[in-house]
Amino acid sequence: MRYSILSLARNALSGHAHWPRAWRDPPLQPAYDAVIVGAGGHGLATAYHLARDHGLSRIAVLDKGWLGGGNTARNTVTIRANYLREPSMRFYAAGIRLWEELSRTLNYNVMFSQRGQIDLIQTWAKLRDVKRRQAALRLIGVPFEILTPAQARERLPLLAPEAPVRLPVLAASWHPTAGVARHDAVAWGYARAADAMGVDIVQNCEVRSIRREGDRVIGVETARGFVATPRVAMCVSAHAGDLAATAGFRLPIETVPLQAFVSEPLKPMLDVIVNIPQFATYFSQSDKGELVIGGGADAYPSYAARGSFAVIEEAVAAMLSLFPALKRVRMLRQWAGSIDLCHDITPILSPAPVAGLSLSVGWGSGGFKAIPIGGVALAHLVATGAPHPLAEHLLLSRFAKGRPLFETAGASNRL
Amino acid sequence: MLVIACPFCGPRAENEFLCGGEPVRRPDAATGADGAALAELLYARDNVRGPQDEFWWHKHGCRAWFRIRRDTRDNRILP
Repeated sequence: MRYSILSLARNALSGHAHWPRAWRDPPLQPAYDAVIVGAGGHGLATAYHLARDHGLSRIAVLDKGWLGGGNTARNTVTIRANYLREPSMRFYAAGIRLWEELSRTLNYNVMFSQRGQIDLIQTWAKLRDVKRRQAALRLIGVPFEILTPAQARERLPLLAPEAPVRLPVLAASWHPTAGVARHDAVAWGYARAADAMGVDIVQNCEVRSIRREGDRVIGVETARGFVATPRVAMCVSAHAGDLAATAGFRLPIETVPLQAFVSEPLKPMLDVIVNIPQFATYFSQSDKGELVIGGGADAYPSYAARGSFAVIEEAVAAMLSLFPALKRVRMLRQWAGSIDLCHDITPILSPAPVAGLSLSVGWGSGGFKAIPIGGVALAHLVATGAPHPLAEHLLLSRFAKGRPLFETAGASNRL
Repeated sequence: MLVIACPFCGPRAENEFLCGGEPVRRPDAATGADGAALAELLYARDNVRGPQDEFWWHKHGCRAWFRIRRDTRDNRILP
């Protein structure tokens, strides 16, 4: 069923009691042309593009829990392209163009709100870096401006007037095409669109190991038995290490907690995303009025999925030093996700050392924004065996060649 | 907040320390400068889910390196 103003009116007349299910709950088949492990944003987007762009017909997305229930549900939904390296900038800029069309593409409102992002610059080193980034982004057509402190305060009345703080605001950067989206809607939209093309989304079906014969993948062992397939795509975030070990290789990835908090709902007070890069803290206001606040990653690997108090203290202190008006705001919830932090903070979207196995892991603190472009690129890789032209910098082989691509623009580090 | 026992300074708060990560397996001399073996040494990690040995550095204290054993599922420091 196509969602439209007409379908809404029709269903309103019948009291919204007859909406069809958005996707099926299909039984697990014994064999598929491709199996995607992990029904988060990346897994679902990949299934959608495999079916739509590459004509594969028997595709399964398997998840040990429910779809969109992992890091897709836990992130702080920031979508932007102001990365450090040129190939990263190009990749995420192409991602933003997909986001701009996504609600129409999927016939599902993902509530993409392109409200822009302001980074508050507190050191001369960061200011030099942002000026270089401005020039590099301009070369590839991404609007990005430097603001004076006065211009930043005009755009951001919540920012405290100039005061003797330890690290005063020296300048700000303005990234007008950055935005936020509704995280659940992204998973649901891709799930519904993929399901409509015949993709089997099988939930509560944990993939326990990858079975190989010689150098080739022949299938996966699941909680409901063996599934034969010549192509497996791994979109499992923090569990990448466990699954890679079952296929007999290791990855340059550590699992680390990343925290977020939301405040009580407030009246509209903030219409942009604010980032304080010096303290890896950023926040925006949700449609419900809550401030959604992201902290830095914990400083040591852990699967505990609960962040350290030291990080909470640092995030709150950074926010209050520049936004003292928020001092009496109460926090409603705090949570952490387990992120898959790659050694060079650049993700891995690459063939694995085992033929037939493709990896989309190491997204770290930045996976959500990459869902649409990551799905396009991974589907291309799974279907053709060759990397997508925009994702050639994401190959695992960069490490053996001694050419890691060190990124800095993530919540997972402070530079 | 973790309380980490520095062998010289005693129990201190986690933010005095820097985690140096899991011990790496050095390749033997015969491997030489083979790219794949070096990448395995420099970048690949076991990323253990459970008890693991790891290096810590008392960065804001006596600046000693030492090893502890910690369960990465619940951050409990093991004897």
